[in-house]
Amino acid sequence: MNALARHRRHPAAIALLLLLGLIVTGTAYSALAPKAATAAVATADQVTEGHQLFLTNCATCHGTGALGTDKGPNLAGVGAAAVDFQMNTGRMPMAGPGVQAPRNVVTYTQEQISAIAAYVASLAPGPAVPDAALTSGENGNAGTGGMIFRTNCSMCHNSAFAGGALTRGKYAPKLHEMDGKIIYEAMLTGPQSMPVFNDTNLSPQAKADVIAYLKSMHEEGNPGGMALGSLGPVPEGLVAWIFGLGLLIGGAYWLGQKGA
Amino acid sequence: MTNYEFPDANSPGVVRLDDGHSPAEGTLPAVFENPGLPPHVHRMSDESERGAKRAEKQVAGLFGLSMVGTLLALFAYFAFPTDHRSWIPGLGTVSTINLLLGVGIGLGLLGIGLGAVHWAKTLMPDHETVEMRHPMRSSDDARAEFVDVMRSGGEKSQLFRRPLIKASLGGAMALFSLPLLVQLIGSMGPLPRNRLSVTFWDGPLENAEDALGGYEHRTFQPVRLVTDPEGLEIKAADVTIGSVYHILPKGLLELEENMLEEKAKAAVLLMRLDPTDFKSTEGGRKALEWSYNGIVAYSKICTHVGCPVGLYERTTHHLLCPCHQSTFDVTDDCKVIFGPAKRALPQLKITVDAEGYLVAAQPFMEPVGPSFWERES
Repeated sequence: MNALARHRRHPAAIALLLLLGLIVTGTAYSALAPKAATAAVATADQVTEGHQLFLTNCATCHGTGALGTDKGPNLAGVGAAAVDFQMNTGRMPMAGPGVQAPRNVVTYTQEQISAIAAYVASLAPGPAVPDAALTSGENGNAGTGGMIFRTNCSMCHNSAFAGGALTRGKYAPKLHEMDGKIIYEAMLTGPQSMPVFNDTNLSPQAKADVIAYLKSMHEEGNPGGMALGSLGPVPEGLVAWIFGLGLLIGGAYWLGQKGA
Repeated sequence: MTNYEFPDANSPGVVRLDDGHSPAEGTLPAVFENPGLPPHVHRMSDESERGAKRAEKQVAGLFGLSMVGTLLALFAYFAFPTDHRSWIPGLGTVSTINLLLGVGIGLGLLGIGLGAVHWAKTLMPDHETVEMRHPMRSSDDARAEFVDVMRSGGEKSQLFRRPLIKASLGGAMALFSLPLLVQLIGSMGPLPRNRLSVTFWDGPLENAEDALGGYEHRTFQPVRLVTDPEGLEIKAADVTIGSVYHILPKGLLELEENMLEEKAKAAVLLMRLDPTDFKSTEGGRKALEWSYNGIVAYSKICTHVGCPVGLYERTTHHLLCPCHQSTFDVTDDCKVIFGPAKRALPQLKITVDAEGYLVAAQPFMEPVGPSFWERES
C-alpha cells in the first residue's frame, strides 16, 4: 500500500493506469459484447491467402472486391457459411453459366475453402460456419425435426428427400447422403433459389433436429426395396407398364404355344 | 416430280395382290376352302415313355420349387424380426422379412402355376378337336308357346279392362321413385353457408356448429402470426430478406376441435422481399401497401384445387404449387403467371403491434382456396 502510494505521482503511473484501464475495458467488452457472426478463427494470414485465392478463382464473376458484377452477385455479408457451402458441394466456382449451379466435384482443399471463407467473412459480417455439435445429427430430436421438415422443407425437397422441379429449369436437389454441415449451411444461407431460414425462423436447435431427422431416415434405409428414385407414381407406373405388362404378355404367349 | 410408268398387271414379274388364291384365272374364288387344321405333331412325351417320364420329372420339379419357396417364406417369418435389414446388390438396404416373404410366396405360387401349365402342355392329351357352332334361335314351337303365355297372362290379369287399377298402379310406382330422388338431392350435406369464406384469421368460432342456421360467427381481433409447427411469435426485425415463414394464426395450434379444418383454411406463407422488387403495377402497389416493409403474407391454399403452395424461389420471387405447377408472381400480388389456377392468391394484410410482433391487420378480404358454387367472384 505504501509502495503504491509512494509511486502514485511517478511519471509512468499515468501511462500504466491508462494501459490498465484499456486492458480491463477491452477484455470486458470482448467478453460481454454480442459476438459478430463471423468465423471464429480467421487469422490475418488466412484472409490474405483467401484474398489471393479469391482473385485467381472467383474474381472473374464476383469482381476483384467481391462486390459483384453482372455475372455474379455481391458477396459482402454472405458470410463464411455460404462460401463453405458453395465450394464444399462443388457448386462454386460455377462450371458454366446457367439457371442453377449444379453439384459438382470439389477441387479445393478444406484449407483453401476456409481461407476464401475467411476473406469473404472479413468483408462484412455474415453467418459463420456452424459448430460441429449442431451439425453432427447427434444432438437433435428426430421427431421434432420430422415435423419441421414436413412443413418447411418437404414441398421442394420431397418427403422422401428425392428433390423436385421448380420453375423454368431450376430444381431443388435431393438430400440423400448429405453432410449435416452442408444441410445446416444451406438452411442458414439460402443458396440460389432456396429461401433463408435464419436463426429466429428455425433456431439452431431446430436445424439440428432437422439434421437428426434426415440422418435417422437415411439410416432407416428403404424397407420396401427399390425406391425407383422416390419420385412417386410416374416411375412406378412406368416399371409396372413396361416390365409388369411385358411379363404378362410373355406369359400369355407361352400359355398359347403348343407343347410340341 | 417425275412420271412413273406403271407396268401392266399381266406383264411377267408383277406380283398381284390376289396371288396365291387363284393363280389360274387371277380372280378371287367364289368360296374359300376350309384349310383344315395344321398337321398334328407328336410331342417327345407322346413318342416315348422316356420322354413322358422326363416331363413328369420336370412337372414334379416345378411343384418342388413351389414347396421350397413356401418353406422359405415360413422360415423367414419365424427367423427374422420385422426390423432386420439386409443389403442386397441392386436393391440397397431392405427389410429382410419383406424380401424373403415376397420371394418365397412368389416362388410358391409361380411353381404351382408353371408346373400345372407344363403338365397340361407335355402330358395331357393334345389332340385337336372341333366343336361345330349351332344356331341360337329357339324352335318355332317354343316361340309360339311364349307368346301364348304372355297373352293369356295379360288377359287373365284384366289390366286393360280395368283402367282404375292401371292408373293407380302407375301412380303408386311413379310416387315410389320420389323418396329415392329426394334422398339423392337432399342428402348432399349441409350447405356451406359462410364456412368457406371465413377463416381463423376472422377470429375463433364463437357459436356452436348448427346455431345461426350453419352460419359461423367470428369477431376479428388483430391476431399475432406464429410459425408452424413450433408456434413461435415473429418479430418483424427477425424476418430477413429472402426468408420464408410458414404461418398460422396464434391460438390455432391449441384448438382441441377441428384443428386441421381450421389449419387447412388459415395456412399462410410469409416472405420478405426488398420493397424495390415489387412491380409498379396496381397489384404490386397494393401488395406493398398491405405488407410491412416488404414482408408479405399470402394464403398458402392454391386457388386451383387447394394444394399448399409452398415452393418459393427467393431469386425469381416465383411461388410454385407442387400439384399442377400453377406459378404465382409474388412481386405482382401473386398474380398467376403459369398453370391452371385462375385467381391470384389472397393476401393477408399485416402490420406490427406495440411490441414489434407481426399481427394481421384485417382478415382475408376474399375466400381462400379454390372456387365454389356460392363464391361471388
